[in-house]
Formats: sequence, structure tokens, C-alpha cells
Amino acid sequence: MQLLNTLLIGITAGSIYALMAIAFVLVWRSTRVVNFAQAGMALLSTYFGYEAVSRIGSFWVALPVAMIGGAIFAALVELILMRLLVKHASSGAIAGVAPIIATLGLLGVIRAVISMIWGGQDLRIVAPISNDGFTINGSTLVFSPLKLLILVVVVILLILLSILFQRTNLGLALRASAHAPEIARLSGVRVDAVRTLGWALAGAAGAVAGLFQTVNGNGTFSPDSIEFSLLLVSGFIAAVIGGLDSLLGAVLGGLFLGITISFVLMYVSSGLFFIAPFIVLLTVLFVRPQGIIGVKASRRA
Amino acid sequence: MSLNVSNLTVHHGAICAVNQVSLAVPTGKLAAIIGSNGAGKTTLLRALSGLNKPTHGVVNWMGETITGTKPEKLVRLGISHVSEGKSVIPELTVKENLELGAIWRKDAKEMKESVDQVVSIFPRLGERISQRSDTLSGGERQMLAIGRAIMSKPKLLLLDEPSLGLAPLVVEQIFQTIRDLTTQMRLTVLLVEQNAMGALKIADLGIVLNLGKVVAVNHAQALIEDPAVRAAYLGY
Amino acid sequence: MLKKKHAHKEKKESTHLFLFILGGVLLYFLSGWVDELRVYQGASIAVYVIAISSIILLTGYSGQVSLGHGALMAVGAYAAAVLRIEYNLPIILCFVAAVLVAAIGGALLGAAAARLSGPYLAGTTLALAVGLPSLANQFTVLGGEQGLLFDVGFPPLALGEEFTQYKWFFWIAGLAALISLWTIRNLLNSAYGRAWKAGRANEVAAQLAGINTARSKVLAFTISAGIAGLAGALLAMTIGTVSPSAFPLALSFAVLTGAVLAGITTLGGVIVGAVVLVIIPEIADLIAHKLGSSESVITNLPGLIVSGLLILTVLFVPNGPVEQHRARKAKHEALLGSTH
Ligand SMILES: Nc1ncnc2c1ncn2[C@@H]1O[C@H](COP(=O)(O)OP(=O)(O)OP(=O)(O)O)[C@@H](O)[C@H]1O
Ligand SMILES: [Mg+2]
Repeated sequence: MQLLNTLLIGITAGSIYALMAIAFVLVWRSTRVVNFAQAGMALLSTYFGYEAVSRIGSFWVALPVAMIGGAIFAALVELILMRLLVKHASSGAIAGVAPIIATLGLLGVIRAVISMIWGGQDLRIVAPISNDGFTINGSTLVFSPLKLLILVVVVILLILLSILFQRTNLGLALRASAHAPEIARLSGVRVDAVRTLGWALAGAAGAVAGLFQTVNGNGTFSPDSIEFSLLLVSGFIAAVIGGLDSLLGAVLGGLFLGITISFVLMYVSSGLFFIAPFIVLLTVLFVRPQGIIGVKASRRA
Repeated sequence: MSLNVSNLTVHHGAICAVNQVSLAVPTGKLAAIIGSNGAGKTTLLRALSGLNKPTHGVVNWMGETITGTKPEKLVRLGISHVSEGKSVIPELTVKENLELGAIWRKDAKEMKESVDQVVSIFPRLGERISQRSDTLSGGERQMLAIGRAIMSKPKLLLLDEPSLGLAPLVVEQIFQTIRDLTTQMRLTVLLVEQNAMGALKIADLGIVLNLGKVVAVNHAQALIEDPAVRAAYLGY
Repeated sequence: MLKKKHAHKEKKESTHLFLFILGGVLLYFLSGWVDELRVYQGASIAVYVIAISSIILLTGYSGQVSLGHGALMAVGAYAAAVLRIEYNLPIILCFVAAVLVAAIGGALLGAAAARLSGPYLAGTTLALAVGLPSLANQFTVLGGEQGLLFDVGFPPLALGEEFTQYKWFFWIAGLAALISLWTIRNLLNSAYGRAWKAGRANEVAAQLAGINTARSKVLAFTISAGIAGLAGALLAMTIGTVSPSAFPLALSFAVLTGAVLAGITTLGGVIVGAVVLVIIPEIADLIAHKLGSSESVITNLPGLIVSGLLILTVLFVPNGPVEQHRARKAKHEALLGSTH
């Protein structure tokens, strides 16, 4: 029973990490940048969602509002910041670290602006359904209707995303631009616009991750909440486990990470909460440097 | 004259790769561009398709000046470029690579017709239509690359060394196909080749490039018979 | 000929030493003139100078990114504090221990890091920065969330009755900063420094030239971590305690920001980076009060300015103000030369 319980909790957390990892992968594929501001953008989207909930009162309105808000914001970041970056900082000693530093700076700006607008205190988003565990044969699980709902929504989003990527022209353009921008351009794809779209999709995925991370926790969030630092780290690790270039890899990486952490916390020590992701990452990097999904590109690139 | 290039100069940093090149290709003609390694052939094609920005000069296509226009726009004007090396995306299937060529036309029915048309030209691609394209042989990849270019219904086709790394028999086949396509679809073709003899044989006119400059332009047959060209590029 | 060259080099070295000593003397007098707050800020600047120079060595010279130097600073601080409390070691030994323990941590991390690059390394060190400080809660000897007291003791009586605690902090930190800078300067001019630069510019070429780039990278990480450990212990000294909350993610980012502001490849710029980091809160305060802003704006303006500055620097002066100035001057001179 406890085994099943641990597994289900891990899968739920893992599905949220998977969304975050997808956001990382989408951005990486479109601009070859690891967006360290991803969690900040997710946080901002969560505030958008919060505004929608407090005005309209429905979580199901807040979710798309957060997604659209997150997508627009991410698109703007690509249009303004990333394009300037390519123009100004693509040579010299700084070139390798410039995107990392710029996205970190963006993270700081987002946090500061959020604190100025909404204040530093905890805000609360009420979950659409109960987070009290299911009771089976008299014993109560930690796995709850809310966690089940999160799982279902994430699965639906993943299916939609895979239809977009595998079945539509837009998806073809996204994939072609990611793998071979020059051939894509020669085929008439407006690669610049596709890049912006990649960021926008990432922004939307991050928004869902942010909202779910909040309601799956204790429902509160603030500009400094450690939950979002954790989301940043976990999403990144999940993406790395998956090879950073593969959407399927991101999903598997998220699940792997979620389940592993869940088992470590349950059977080893719950005090390892913050350090466990780091240990998982180091282990993966040493055991399978190319990620779970074997990709040829090395991490030194 | 459908393609008119005058005084085109392209730099890579300080290197002048294409130096004051002027040339003209009439509609429906196949022009072979030959020259030794580093002569600037690839750079010239890349400038024509918008991948490289020229420093000087004018490119005129069907009466319209297209100097400095982006490649994604030039495709819409009927210019298709098959770049050097097997210009296919290994992560995509054969079908997806083909569909990519017609993606800007946004017409599902037309796209399907074009795929059928390419498959009728290259039946081998039809047999492998849903395979990932990194499973193809070198010759098949080159067919796929040309197929992708045809998918966008070009009027001007820029081909960069389609014979690269292929077996002699396959080379002959590819050259024949290029000749047939030019005639059947009334294409204007610029064919860059190291295999000078093979290219000149199917071409209407030949252009010799050396150190970024045009050093000879003539009917292809005349170039084959030109002793200087023979000595320098045909090896006998 | 060879001898002459050698002599020239030696002369250069000794000028540097002289400059550093002169700097020390200047600071000594300075600390006597300004008020207590300035002295305390001076100590903070010295701490940042050390931390930033550790990043410049690592990122600017050996080409490795670390978002986890806050964690390495924590390692140094805890090492110093534990030894002080448990064994009552003399303060100087505590600082030496901080360097050594952090360097060992850095060596381990560096061994992993040598296999990674760019964003992978950044993400890995980021995970460390998030995770490591919280580990302190696991061990009672580390004092949990409250942390440990870290008391370097009163200034020696020989310095006089007037000599304040803050001044004592400033002296210790200032001396440590001068020693660190001098050491790094010499390291960068040594064969190690050249190996780092060569590896950063072109790893394959450096390997072909017979440089063991992996070992050279681990070495850079080790030294950088040791210096960061020293900065951590000094930071703990100025705060008086060592706790997880003293080493947040924001500290790692701040140090990196300082390095970018300084110019990631210019050791000479560290002072610029450190001063900016320390005075920004003050400037922000001034601006906020002038504008009559609300409480939440006032508290967050420094963060906004630092981050905004970080972005603007990367975009418009990517190699730092000092380097930018030098480049412009060189260009100007070249132009003048060509007209003659
Ligand atoms: N991206 C680049 N950066 C710098 N120089 C380049 C670049 N591309 C080409 N060059 C230089 O420009 C010149 C012309 O190169 P180009 O590739 O156009 O020659 P080519 O005729 O296609 O040669 P090949 O037959 O070997 O393909 C060469 O001297 C080459 O070194
Ligand atoms: Mg070429």
C-alpha cells in the first residue's frame, strides 16, 4: 500500500516536473538557451492565475488565463531580450555564459517586479477539488482527488502537445527549425517567428507547472517561495535526464525524477528534500552522460 | 533572361569569396558552375538564395531585384536551394522532409499531390516514405534533398554538388534526372559541380569560377572542347 | 637577452607587490577617517572582492560557470565556525581551514564539472546552491535553521581603546582581500593561468599543445572554491552567525552579477563589481524615498536594479566596463597610428 502510495505521489510530482522540463526543452530547441528564468516566468503566470481566480472565482478560468499570460510574456522575452542578446553578446569570453547570465538577470527582475506589485507575503490559490487522500480499505493515502486531477490534466496537455508536434504543419516547422534552422529557412519556414512560438509554448507549459506546483503543495506562493526554486532545479534536471533536446525525454525524465525523489524521501530520509535532486542529477550525469533517451550530442557542446 | 547577377561581391569577414561576379541565365536553361575547391561556388549560391548577404552587387530575378532578401521569402518567389552536403533533416521521416518543402503553401491537397509527384520521379523514396531519413543511403538522401526542393514548385533551382560522395552510376542517374526535370518543368537551374565533365554534358551553358571571379562563360559544349578548361578542370 | 627578460618580469612582479602594499596602507588610513557604517561597508566590499575574484578566475579564465558559489561560501563558513566552536582554534587557522575544506568540496565538484560545460554546469551548480545550505538542518553540529555563532573575538588591545569591532572586521577582510588578489594575480600570470586561458579559447587546440585541460579545469575549480570558502568565512564574521539563510540562492547570483559588472575577464574590475553590489541598496533607497514609493517598492528596488544592471551589462558592455574602455582606447590609438 505504502509502495503504491509513494509511487503515485512520485508520478504526480513527476508530471509537474515533466511540464517544467518540457518548457526547458522547448526553449532549448528553439534558441539553444537554457532559460534559468523559467521558474520566474512560471511564478509570474501563477500570479496571473491568482488574479483570475480572485476576480472570477474559478480555477478552470485561471488555468488558461495563466497559460495565455505566460505565453505572451515568454514571447516578449524572446522578441526583445533574446534577439538583443544574439546581436550584442555572441562573441568574446562572455558568449558562452551570456545567455545564462541574461536569463538569471531576468529571473531577478521578475521576482523584484512581482514583489513590488503583489507584495512579498504569501498568497493563496484554492485547489478546485480536495487534496485529502483517498481512503482504501480503511487506510488513508496521500494520493488525493486533486493529485489525480493534476495527473489527468497533464496527460491531456501532453497528448495535445504531441498532436501539435507530430500531426500539424506548425509542429513540423517547430521540429525542422530545432534540428536544422538553415534547411527550414530554405524551405520557407519563418524560423524567427517559430522561435518566438517555441518560447510562447514553453511559457504556457511553465504556467501550468507553476499553478499545479502551488495547489499540489499547501496552496500558497510568494515571490521567494522555495517551491519555485525547486521547480526550476527539478525541471532542469528532468530535462537533462531526458537529454535536453527531446520532448518525450523530458516527460520520462520528469517522471523518473519525481518517482526517485518520492522513494528517497519515504524510505531514506525526508530531510533530503532539497539535496535529493542534486544527487539524482550527479548520478545521472556520471552513469549516463547522454541522458536516458540516448542523444548523440554531448554535454560539452 | 530570368536570372541576372551583376557585380556580385560576397565577403566572409576579410576573405572575399565572390568577387564582382556577373552572369545571366535564360529561363529554362541549365547552367553548370565549375571551379576548383574554394573558388566561391557555394558562397555564390548561398548569396543567391539569401543565406549570405552580399557586400556589393545586384541580383535580379524575373525583373525583380532580390539582393539581400531572406531565404524564406525567396522560396515564395520560386527560388529553391539544395545546399552542399545532403541537405535533409535526419530527425524527420522521408515524408516529413518532403512536406517541409511545401509547408509555406499551407494547402493540404496540393501538398499530397506534390509528394506523389516527387515519389513518381524518385520511386525509391516512395518505398521508404515513413522511414527516418538518417536510414537512407547517400544517393537516396540526395534524391530526398532534390525532392524537397521540388516540393516548393520552384522556377529557379540552385543545386550545390548533388554528386558529392555518390557512386558513378548513381551520379549519372542524378544528372539525368536533373536534366529531365529542367526540360519537363521548364526550370532554370544553376548546378554547382566538382564533377565538371558530368555537369557540362547535361548543361546548356557553363560558367567557370576561379578565386571568386568568373573566368569563362560559354556554351557547355564549347567549354568541354576548350583546351584550357580541359587542362584545368576536366583533367585531360 | 634571456636574463634581461627575466629581470624585467621580476620587476613587474615586485611592482605588483608594491601596489598591493600601497593599497593596504591607503585602506588603513581610510578606515580611520570614515564613520562606522562606511567601515562596515568597507568590510562587505572586501568580502565581495574576494568572492567575485573567485568567479573571475573560474569563469573568466577557465571558462566554467558556477551558480553555486554561495554554497561553497557556506561550506567555508561552516568549517570555520565549527572549528571555532568545537575546538576554539585561533581565528587565523579557522580561515585557513575554511579555504581548505571549501577547496576539497570544490575539487569534488570540479571533478564532476570537468565533464560538463555551459548550461549543464550552470544547472548542476544551481542545484547545489539550492540544496546544500538546507543540508545544515540535518546535522545538529551545524546548528539547524538558527545556525552557529561565529565570533572572531575583540580586536587586540594593542590597537588601542578606540579601535572598534567593525574596524577590526574591515582590517581582517581587507587584508584577506589583498592577499587573495595578489595570489590570484600571480596564478593568472603563471603557467596555470596560461593553461586556463588556452583551454577556454580552444579546448582541442590546448589539448594538442599538451595541456591536460581536464586537470587544469579541476584545479581552477578547486582554487576558486577555496577562495570562495574564505569569502564565506569572512561573510560569516561580519554577520556574526552562520546559518542556511545567510547563503541563499541570491548570494550566488549576486556574486556572479558582481563578476559580470566587473568584467568577467578583468581582475582589475573586481573593486567596481564589489562597490556596486554594496552601494546599490543605498542608492535604491535614495531613489525610492525621492519618489515617495511604497514599502514593497523600497524593499525590492535594489534587487530590481542589480538584476536590470546585470542584463544591461551583458547586452551592452558584455566584457565589462574596464575591458570596454581598454578596447576603445586601443582602437582609438590604432586609428591615430594609421593616420600618421
Ligand atoms: N563561413 C565561412 N567563413 C569564412 N570563410 C569562408 C566561409 N565559407 C567559405 N569561406 C571561404 O570562402 C572561400 C570560398 O568558399 P566556398 O565554400 O564558396 O568554395 P567552393 O567553391 O564551394 O569550394 P568547394 O568546391 O570546396 O565546395 C574559401 O576560401 C573559403 O575558405
Ligand atoms: Mg562548395
